[in-house]
Amino acid sequence: MEHQAKAHLLEHRDDEAAKLGMWLFIFTEILLFGGLFLVYAVYRAMYHTQFHEASLELNVVFGAVNTIVLLVSSMAVAMALTALQENKVKLSRQLIWLTVLCALIFMVNKYFEWGAKFEHDIYPGSELLRKLEHGHILYYGLYFAMTGLHALHVTVGMIILIVVERRIKAGKVHAEKFVFLENAALYWHLVDLIWIFLFPLLYLIT
Amino acid sequence: MTEHHSTSAHITPYRTLATVLVVLLGLTFVTIEITSFDLKAWNVTIALLVACLKGYLVLSYFMHLKYENLLTKILVGMVIVLFALIIIITYIDYLFR
Repeated sequence: MEHQAKAHLLEHRDDEAAKLGMWLFIFTEILLFGGLFLVYAVYRAMYHTQFHEASLELNVVFGAVNTIVLLVSSMAVAMALTALQENKVKLSRQLIWLTVLCALIFMVNKYFEWGAKFEHDIYPGSELLRKLEHGHILYYGLYFAMTGLHALHVTVGMIILIVVERRIKAGKVHAEKFVFLENAALYWHLVDLIWIFLFPLLYLIT
Repeated sequence: MTEHHSTSAHITPYRTLATVLVVLLGLTFVTIEITSFDLKAWNVTIALLVACLKGYLVLSYFMHLKYENLLTKILVGMVIVLFALIIIITYIDYLFR
């Protein structure tokens, strides 16, 4: 009975379990992208020269700039957690906005990158692509599917981060109760982690 | 403090996070430079090794895995092993067709 009374007083929450749940979700995401990496690996082996030719079309500068932007944003959100844990609410919120800004830069960059491809008549099902060999079609298909799915994750991450920032401002997430920011940050790091593998596979290895 | 919540509230110092970022940026620069030379199959190997190293840094420090409980660490390890197995088995299948 005494235990029940105590439990009633304490807030009903379990931060460790919340974090474990987030990790389980991250595992499903890793396997989702993992499947795409696998398809890429096998087709790369099958159509080696065509993948080589097609990958030369990608602009390394776009990829490199986006890599830097995502790495900086990842550090910013990790620092936002440190700041919140140290009860520096204002700094934490500023760092989250910096992360959102980086996400926005990433998306604008992606817009121009994809836009340039569209201008050259390279998009799934385009006239030009249909005339090209099988390997080229597969490479660009994978390029759009993988970067597109990743960009979707960037957008979702951006929305989640804005929600966290609002909650911190409202005082619902604070130095004693930060698991929501911690999980949002985990999601954002996942986005960074996936890009760390996408960048060399699509842009660097030719 | 908040011991009764049993939150492993390890606070990562700003300095550590900044250092990790500098290393990550350095590694990015290194892969771009190395892969700009034509080293045949080595390009893929080096690029993937550097990516794994970067991934390790992000998981350990940004995602706090280094300070996480043993269960989470084991689970992450198992997922990586599972993914490696899927890749290896599929590749074996592809190679012996």
